[in-house]
Amino acid sequence: MDSLDLTLIAAGILVLGVFMYVLLDGFDLGVGILYPLAPSEHCRDLMMDSVAPVWDGNETWLVLGGTALLAAFPLAYAVLLPAFYIPLMLMLIGLIFRGVCFEFRAQGGPSKGWWTTGFFAGSLLATIAQGLVLGTFIQGVEVTGRQFSGDAFGWFSAFSFLCAVGLVCGYSLLGAGWTILKTEGITRDWAWTLVAPLTILVLVIAVVVSLWTPFLHEWIMGRWFEWPRILFVAPAPLAGLVLAGVLLRSARTRNDKVPFLATLGLFLASYYGLGVTLWPYVIPPDITIYDAASAPSAQIFVLVGLAVLVPVTLIYTAYSYWVFRGKVTGDAHY
Amino acid sequence: MELDPLLLSRFQFAFVISFHILFPAFTIGLSIYIALLEVLHLITGKDVWGRLSRFWIKIFGVSFGMGVVSGIVMSYQFGMNWSRFSDVTGNVLGPLLTYEVLTAFFLEATFLGILLLGRNKVSQPVFTFAAVMVALGTLASSFWILAANSWMQTPTGYEILPDGSFAVTDWWQAIFNPSFPYRLLHMVTAAMLTTGFCVMAVSAWKLRREESVTESRTMMSMTLWLLLVLAPAQAVIGDLHGLNTLEHQPAKLAAMEGHFHTNPEGEPMSLSLFGWPDMERGAMAWDVAVPYLGSIILTHSLTGSVVGLDQFERTDWPYVPLVYFSFRLMVGIGLFMIFMAVAGTVLRFGKRGPWGTGWYLALSQWCLPIGFVAILAGWVVTEAGRQPWVVYGLMRTADGVTPTLTGGDVAFSFGLFIVAYAVIFPAGIWFIRKLVVKGPPPELEPLGKAPVFGQKQPAAFGADSSRPHKGGF
Ligand code: HDD
Ligand code: HEM
Ligand code: HEM
Repeated sequence: MDSLDLTLIAAGILVLGVFMYVLLDGFDLGVGILYPLAPSEHCRDLMMDSVAPVWDGNETWLVLGGTALLAAFPLAYAVLLPAFYIPLMLMLIGLIFRGVCFEFRAQGGPSKGWWTTGFFAGSLLATIAQGLVLGTFIQGVEVTGRQFSGDAFGWFSAFSFLCAVGLVCGYSLLGAGWTILKTEGITRDWAWTLVAPLTILVLVIAVVVSLWTPFLHEWIMGRWFEWPRILFVAPAPLAGLVLAGVLLRSARTRNDKVPFLATLGLFLASYYGLGVTLWPYVIPPDITIYDAASAPSAQIFVLVGLAVLVPVTLIYTAYSYWVFRGKVTGDAHY
Repeated sequence: MELDPLLLSRFQFAFVISFHILFPAFTIGLSIYIALLEVLHLITGKDVWGRLSRFWIKIFGVSFGMGVVSGIVMSYQFGMNWSRFSDVTGNVLGPLLTYEVLTAFFLEATFLGILLLGRNKVSQPVFTFAAVMVALGTLASSFWILAANSWMQTPTGYEILPDGSFAVTDWWQAIFNPSFPYRLLHMVTAAMLTTGFCVMAVSAWKLRREESVTESRTMMSMTLWLLLVLAPAQAVIGDLHGLNTLEHQPAKLAAMEGHFHTNPEGEPMSLSLFGWPDMERGAMAWDVAVPYLGSIILTHSLTGSVVGLDQFERTDWPYVPLVYFSFRLMVGIGLFMIFMAVAGTVLRFGKRGPWGTGWYLALSQWCLPIGFVAILAGWVVTEAGRQPWVVYGLMRTADGVTPTLTGGDVAFSFGLFIVAYAVIFPAGIWFIRKLVVKGPPPELEPLGKAPVFGQKQPAAFGADSSRPHKGGF
């Protein structure tokens, strides 16, 4: 191996990219999921205005996740995508519908109600599908040689569906946090009422998933409780509990910035926990990042691009969030 | 009957990519046009440029949304349906597509937000800058995706690893492979022509209804100059593109020309105008052909030899009629575009001008879809002409498909795509039509600065409540 472990760097960047996606698209999918609960059509307009300028950039992280996986770990791409054929298909259909709804709904007219429903249904479907993918991924997929060898319904399990429900609640919590951050008046007040119940739901599901996971595979059980790995695993549940406490408390103290930031932390903790559990597998429990890595010429070329372009991208993404900073007031429409 | 996952995956791929390309084709051209309008507005300060730009930005927003969602589908298609292809070509195509995401998609997506919704949040120079960035993004996107596609057509700069996959030895050669420069130029020109004819059609429609007359005349005049340059240029680029194809993918060229029998040096090749390529007999039926012209165009000599399909194994033939007729459709439209551009320019010197000539306006209005048709036809030539290879000469399409896929899986996904696109496509067209009917705004709204964080804006709430609050839950 080289002195510079390219595969490790590529994996790190991929992990970061997927996390950016989960956070950024997480809140705008969450806003969609909360749509039917919103107290009025005006609230829904405001909520959509708050995500409209940034959703496309958020979703681009998903595209980056796909292409970077192909570039850095082609074997994983070629195994995982067929394994998730049906859930990914549902995710794409969901994303298609909610994506066009931003523009279509803003045009107003008699069909507006349809696009309101479409935005909700598409967001929900895409989130459920992502949860199914996550659950199936943790469960592991069958591989023979360099190809997936299971059937198309491997994702159909109680565990995957539990993950899906968990993700729906998690994204909703992010969406509520975002709505609190970006709106005022009745919209914000309504979003505040969601924080405590959603936090409790997320917490319960997270606990059940965590207790269930080691029973899926003996090797996970072994890993979690082995010394010194337990030192790396333990911070995740501890941080999760503290942040849940912060969220519950904020529902009474009502500082507008707390729910969104605390939920980000909650996602970070779960993501970290998942990461240390599965590391270094890209397809647990058979294929590690080193087995799946692309040729060095491809890795170097991609990493140079990522090193230069990701910082630039982050800068102008931050700029665009800055342009649209502050509370939405409903005059942003063109 | 057993459903064939390979055949269905091919149809599904053709369907989703054809759907996708319609939107980029339009938005590449349109983003350049909008950037031009914004720059003119910034420099001259003339109101009309800003109002035209505002009009097209709204239309851009709707079609861009559809381009994005259909594009996301594409990037997952590769792995879902063509997993062996992805495994084998990942070292080459993965980095190219990643560069596309990094240089193009983020740029477009981020600055589009400002273009669509940031009008009252940024200053005019920043707004113009955003327009230019979006245009650059669409061009960068074309660059990388066409590099990827061209590598599949004319692979260079690679080696084959022991496990059978491709790895790049020289990125410069892999990107600037032999067919890439022609394909990039031809595609970007095609996109601008397509948008140009859409702008013409919209102006003509407005003029015939005597609405927004000044704006429509301005648009039409600008666009006609552009078409006068681009339409003939496209024919020249296309011709060069074809010569390059002859050199690197002779079987495809033979299929395009319906050229079954290699003509020996000294014997002229005639150019088939119209006939039926009979693959069974291996000859053209009912062929109407111009003697000598084939040799003249393809070899620049009276009797140059051109390789025919008889030099290839039957199993290496593409489906000839599809390639042959699509090629004729594209070239036919290309020639008609030249006619429209020249006729419009000639009419400028008349008293009424093209904007006052009834038949010309009627014709322009009906030209709305021709660019799209030509682009789809051209891509069918390119892609169907590459068959049976997915990477030309190296990997067969049949070897690229996902092995575990069943016919039922693909039928399910294909059906869902058809239903989804059947809903959003007509809706999108309908919204674009509504925006066209509404026309350019009579005056420009003032630029503003962002409201301060947390500042109360009761006025905005008041104005907002006048919006219709209909439907929903
Ligand atoms: C507005 C659209 C448009 C117009 C008017 C034309 N084309 Fe075209 N053509 C395309 C849009 C296009 C395209 C969709 O953009 C393609 C598909 C792939 C590519 O590179 O460009 C294409 C492919 C394509 C190819 C296939 C090359 C290959 O894949 O190996 C050839 C030989 C030509 N064109 C030649 C012509 C000629 C001689 C034209 C004469 C007028 C012409 N095209 C007009
Ligand atoms: C000649 C072929 C293609 C061209 C010129 C092209 C160009 C573009 C352009 C200009 C956009 C911006 C959206 C728009 O303008 O509507 C876009 C979007 C997109 N395209 Fe394509 N594309 C092509 C084929 C493909 C293929 C084969 C893929 C799959 C790998 C793909 C993936 C995408 C994705 C993922 C998006 C969404 C980007 C976003 O999130 O902003 N495209 N394409
Ligand atoms: C955007 C315009 C494009 C159109 C309309 C188009 C059209 C098609 C069609 C009709 C097929 C099926 C051919 C057949 O099976 O007979 C096909 C196949 C395919 N194309 Fe394209 N294509 C486009 C661009 C691209 C680009 C930019 C890429 C890659 C970067 C690409 C990659 C492929 C692949 C992987 C297949 C599947 C394998 C095969 O059937 O050959 N295409 N395309």
